[in-house]
Order: sequence, then structure tokens, then C-alpha cells
Amino acid sequence: MAAEVKAQAAAQSGQRSLLETLRTVFGPVVQLFLFIVGSALVLSLIVIILALLQIGARPDILTRALTILPQVIIDGLVRGFLFATIALGYTMVYGVLEFINFAHGEIFMVGGVVGAAIGLFLASSGLLPVMPGWLFVVLVIAAGMLVSGTLAVTVERVAYRPLRGSPRLVPLISAIGVSLVLQDLVRLIMTSTPMGFNARYNTPDFGAPIRLFEMTLGERPVPVILSPKALIFIVASVIMLIGLNYLVNATRLGKAIRATAQDMPTASLMGINVNRIVALTFLIGGALGGAAGALFGLNVGAVNPYMGFIPGLKAFTAAVLGGIGNITGAMVGGVVLGFLEAFVASYLSLFTDGALSGAAYADIAAFSILILILIFRPSGLLGEATTQKV
Amino acid sequence: MTPAVPSESLWERVKATLGNGPTAYGFFSLYALVCTWLLITNPRTSLSTDIAFVFTLLLVLLVYRSGVSMLFKLGLVAVLLGLVLPYFGTLNPFYIDVATQAGIFVALALGLNVVVGFAGLLDLGYVAFFAVGAYAWAILSTPQITLINPAWSPLPPIMFYPFLVFGLIIGAITGVLLGLPVLRLRGDYLAIVTLGFGEVIRVLANNLDRPINITNGSQGIREIARPPLLFTGFVRDTLGWQLDDQQLYQQFFYFTVLIIVLLVVVVVSRLKGSRIGRAWEAIREDETAAIAQGIPLVRTKLLAFAVGASFAGAMGVIFASKQLFINPPTFDLLRSINILSMVILGGMGSIPGVILGSVLVTMLDLQILPRTANVLRDLQRAGAPIPSAFDPTQYQRLLFGILLVLMMIFRPQGILPDERRKEELASSNDPSVPDDIERPPPTPTEPEIGLKS
Repeated sequence: MAAEVKAQAAAQSGQRSLLETLRTVFGPVVQLFLFIVGSALVLSLIVIILALLQIGARPDILTRALTILPQVIIDGLVRGFLFATIALGYTMVYGVLEFINFAHGEIFMVGGVVGAAIGLFLASSGLLPVMPGWLFVVLVIAAGMLVSGTLAVTVERVAYRPLRGSPRLVPLISAIGVSLVLQDLVRLIMTSTPMGFNARYNTPDFGAPIRLFEMTLGERPVPVILSPKALIFIVASVIMLIGLNYLVNATRLGKAIRATAQDMPTASLMGINVNRIVALTFLIGGALGGAAGALFGLNVGAVNPYMGFIPGLKAFTAAVLGGIGNITGAMVGGVVLGFLEAFVASYLSLFTDGALSGAAYADIAAFSILILILIFRPSGLLGEATTQKV
Repeated sequence: MTPAVPSESLWERVKATLGNGPTAYGFFSLYALVCTWLLITNPRTSLSTDIAFVFTLLLVLLVYRSGVSMLFKLGLVAVLLGLVLPYFGTLNPFYIDVATQAGIFVALALGLNVVVGFAGLLDLGYVAFFAVGAYAWAILSTPQITLINPAWSPLPPIMFYPFLVFGLIIGAITGVLLGLPVLRLRGDYLAIVTLGFGEVIRVLANNLDRPINITNGSQGIREIARPPLLFTGFVRDTLGWQLDDQQLYQQFFYFTVLIIVLLVVVVVSRLKGSRIGRAWEAIREDETAAIAQGIPLVRTKLLAFAVGASFAGAMGVIFASKQLFINPPTFDLLRSINILSMVILGGMGSIPGVILGSVLVTMLDLQILPRTANVLRDLQRAGAPIPSAFDPTQYQRLLFGILLVLMMIFRPQGILPDERRKEELASSNDPSVPDDIERPPPTPTEPEIGLKS
């Protein structure tokens, strides 16, 4: 409230920039929040309707569905922010180069592996138990961002830049190659070090799960819990999303990025070093992916060299769902997709009475959404309809 | 004899002398004899046999590229592939298995080449169609089908022969079903959607054991039926060869695959030159211009998809029957990438290139990598600093990844490029892309061709 008053005062005295800045930075966040609440409500409603439809045959189904609902929403939120942070890397690169950076899922994976390596190092040197949790989180995020960002820029320089201007298939195939190379290079490194193929992600003790509230359904109260790691993940992702919004929408550099995305030749005529902006885009996208990887590993507790592939694909789906090239769209798409997946994974087996396993069909749900979106609304939820340039 | 131009290097002169005129006939006949002799006198699996085997296959390529008469070419290739290799296969089953495997992949890669090379649609889920064909035969020919409905009984093995055609059809139908919604998309979206589709098929195969057991889940399907051999009596009694069933099946699959590959090559090369083939190429080069020429975009793309998928479906039937066992990991993404690398290595759109690429990649997979692994293990035992976890057969992704990147950067047109495709990939100086500092400015003497905005 105070900030708003101050901003208005500043606006009246001729400094509109602060208000504008606040709006451009927090506007997308508000939009994102609305989508989170909206999709959670819609999906919960669908679940309740489905439960009511089956209540004749199975009287306890509504109680069972409602019991797990808050947990599913929290799970969906965590998944959603995971997809959102990875999808940002896809969408930024696509916005600037019109090119699907296939290797982005592997950049994400490298961030996770770096975090696990730090955890292992700290654990073996005995520092881990005495380390404060926040310091560890900051450390793994910083390291993940640094390594993944650098890697993304290197990959761009080595495997994509020489191919700029070739037919579209050529850089795409190269990107697939890079993705395979990174998977196996990391595997080679991990299996030749004490980490092993499935590396444990050592973390300091973050304390007991937080009990949010208790619901009384049926006989006994059901606690709704949020693990501290999930909370860290959500908070860190929101901070990163706000930071990215600020960078892209409110700084000179962001203006250069947007200009390059809009029209590369003209941007270069306006004195923007296009190659540097492209490298920077890869750096930012890679750093976000790396941070997401480090946090994801922390949340899950283990990393392996092939873990980036499926989240990468789904994050791409999220980027398309939100409208590829649109930064807010990527976040919205990620969150919506995360919710959808969490709901399918949790409720499919409940509603089919255990006939279909939800976890396996969640993947199919994600890809079906991709296909449906591409058929019916290829511009995505927030994208504008574009015509292909000839 | 070709006159030796003084400016030509020695290598060029040798190539010209051995590739044309009477010397060529002598050279190739001698080459073939030496290879045959080497293979038959020393059939044990060893490095030297490997090399002889590779050189035998290389001869096919050399003959194809040379200037000798068509009759001689066909005769020599027929003798090599129809007599020498099968006979050698009765002495050492390993190599004929490699050859059969290579043949299956040649047909698959030629099918993918229709989609990627001719029509320019990147399909990363190609193996899904292969899986559909394989699972169709596996389910219908084994007692698995009684698990779906106890009233149904498995097909008799003789149905294998008509089922090949059915595999073709079922592949084409799947291709159309997938293609219909996604072919309106631009190339890079298509790649992701097909990749997702490949994953969906694998996940389905993995999970469709509940509520009704259709695919037997991750356990896979065992004891898939093999067709009855119609020529057992002929070989054993008339020819007097005492081959056991295993050997006969190897011969059978080798010849079936060989015949199918020949058919596929004929079909694909006829298609390439036809009106449809030219329409595919037009779409690949410039969709908008192709529409302006009156080419029905979606229908033409769909046809490419269906043709590619139908080859994969039929090969899936053979593959399932040859392997006797299939499970979901047989059809993972790596297999699709594997086939894609064959097409790209050989040259997108080029039929001889794709054949070469498939044979090379299959041999790399089955022969060169295991050999290298053995050598490395020996070196390691001798104390060379090689990490103990490094086993080249386990690092195919690394290898194919490097292969794809290097090919794209240094030779996107492939080893044996297609003529028209080469031109397209070479003239990629799109003016809408800002010049790098390293790129030299266009010389004024070079006229700008084409109007690209």
C-alpha cells in the first residue's frame, strides 16, 4: 500500500518510470497468480464433479478425493514452478532465434548434478551438518546458475552459432546431438567419480515438514503439510521470475533483448550487438535452468544424467501452452501444466479404481495437451496469433 | 583408357583407371575373388574377418560408383549379396545376422528418408511406427491375444506372409492418424510432437498390461511366431545342404530382408522422380511457393508420412519375428535417433547415401564398438589411464550426438549427398540474418539470386 502511494506521488511529480516499472515487473506476477488460483479452482471443481458422478457406486469417493486435494495442489504448484523456470529458457531462446534449444533439458540436469556434487563435497568434508540451510541453498543455486549458464553459452558458441542462417532443420538436429552428448558426458563424469549414476543429493537438515492446517473429513483430521524444501523451491522460483521480469521489461539490456527478438537485422542496425544479446539470452536461460536443476535435485533428493530429458520436453510443452516466445506465457503455461499433471497423476487411479496408473499416464496427458494446443490454439494461452513471414 | 591429365593427382588417376574401362572389370573381379576367398577360408569371428567383411560391403559401393556397365554391376552385386554372403553366413552366423540387421535398418532409414530427406519433415518418433508393426504381429501371433479375449486364438504362423502387407497398412494408418493433426505445424514443432508421440507409444506399451493385458507391459512379449519355412525340403533334399533350422531361419530372414530392401529401393527411387517426389521437394524447399504452385500441402505431407510409416510397420513385423522377443525399451528414443543418424550421415534425400549410412551405423553399433571396447579393456588391464566405467558400447548417445553435431557443422549434406539437396544446404546465406564479423562481405561480382525478404 505504501509503495503504491509512493509510486503515485512519483508519477504525479513527472517520474512515471517507477510506476511503470512496478507495473511491468509485478503485472505478470499478478497474472501468474490469477492463473494459479484459476486453474486450481477449475481442476478442483472437475474433481468434485467427477467424484459426485461416481458417488452412487462408491460412497466414500468424495471424501477420499477431498482428502488428498490440498496435497495435490501443493504438488502441482511445485511441478508448475519447475516447468515454468525451465520453460523460460526455451521461450527466451525461441523468442530471439526462433529455434528450439533441444539441449535445454540437459542444461537443467547439469545444474542438478552440480548441486549434488557440492552436497557430496560438503558432506565428505564434514561441513554439511554445521552449515545453515539458507547458505547451502544460495550456494547450490549460485553454482548451478554459473555452471549451467556458462555451459549454455559455450554450446551456443560451438554448436549453434556456426549454423545460424542454415535451413531450420540443421540447428535443430545439431541441438539434438548436443543433448545426447551432454547426457553421456555427464554420465561418464558421474560414473568415474564417487557420485555414481544415481547420485544422492546431500543437504543439511531443513527441519520437519510445516503443518499448514488440518482438515476434518470423516473420522480423523488430515494434516496438510508442506515440506520446507518445496517451500524453498517455490520461493526461489518466484524470486527468479520477478528478477527476470525486471531484467527483460525494465532495463536497457532487456530492451535490447526484446528488440533483437522482434527484428534481428533492424536491432543490429540500431547499434545492438546481436551476437552478444543472443549469447546473453542463452546465459540467462541456462542460468535459470541450472538454478531450477539445483533446486529440483534438492527437492527430490537424487540426480541422474538422464533426468533432464522428460522435464525438458514438458517444459517445452509448457512454453508452447503459454505461447512460445512470451515470457509470462511460459510461466503461466508451466504452472497450468504442472497442475494438470499433478491432478492426472493423483486422481486417475482413484477415478478408474486403480485400473490405470496415474504416474505413467501423466506423461501421456502432457503430450496430449501439447498436440491439442498445437491444433486448436497454436499461439498458446497468452500468445498473439502470428502469420508466418515469407 | 582415360587420358591422364597431368594436373590430376596420383589418387585421381588411380581412381579413374580402376573405375572405368577394361581395367575396372579386372580390378573388381579380382577384388571380389580375394574378398570371397578371405571370408570363406577364415570364417571365425575376428578382427581380420571383420575387415574382410567390411571390404566386401565396400566393394558394393565402389562398383556402384564406378563407370562399368550396368549388367556387370548388377551381376557382381547379385553374386556378392546373393551367394557369397549367405554361404559365408552358414559358416559364421554372426556376420549374416549383422547383414540382416543392417538390411532392416536400411529399409527403416529409407522410409525415414522419405519423411526427412524428401519432404523435409523432421520425425523424431519414427520408431513408434516400427513398434506398432512389431507389437501387432507379436500380439496377434502369440497366446497374448487370448489374454485380451479368451475366445480369440493366435494367428497361424503361415499368416506371417500376408501380415507383412498388413504391417504396411497398419503403419500407414498410424502415420496418417498422427500426421493429420500435426502436419499443419511448422518443422520444429513437428519434431517435438513426433518425439512426444514416440514416447507416448513407448509408455503405452509399458503400461497397457492393465486393466486388460494387451502388451504384457515391461516384461515384453516372448516366443513370437516365426513363419514356417517353405523351402526346407528344397534345400535339404534337392540341394543336399544339411542346414539346421537356426541356419535356415537366418538364411530366410536374410533373403526376406534383402528382397524387401530391393523393393523399397525401387519404390523410393521411383517415388523420388515422380510427380509426388517433386512435390515433396518443392514443399521442403519453400512451403509458400509450393502452395502457390497448387500443391495440396497437408495431403502431400501426409503421403510422405504414410509412406515412411508403412515401411516401418512392415519392418516391425519382420523384426519381431526375427528377434522372437520384444519389449518397450527396444523402441526408445535412442533407436529413433539411431535411424536419424543413418539418414544424416549418408545424406538426407540421397538413396545410396542413406543405404551407406545405415550399413555404417549398424556396423559401428554391432562390430566396431564392441571391438573397441575389447581393445580398451585390454589396454586398461595393461595399465593405460582409462576410467574403468568407460565402455564404448554403453556410450552410443555420446557417439551419435557428436556425429550429429559434426555432420551439421561440417557436412550437412552427408557423405554421398543428393544433388539438389546439396545445393539447398550450400546456398544458405540468408540475407535476413545479420552478418557475423567473421563472415566476409558478399563480393559485388556475385549476383544475388532469389528474393528472400
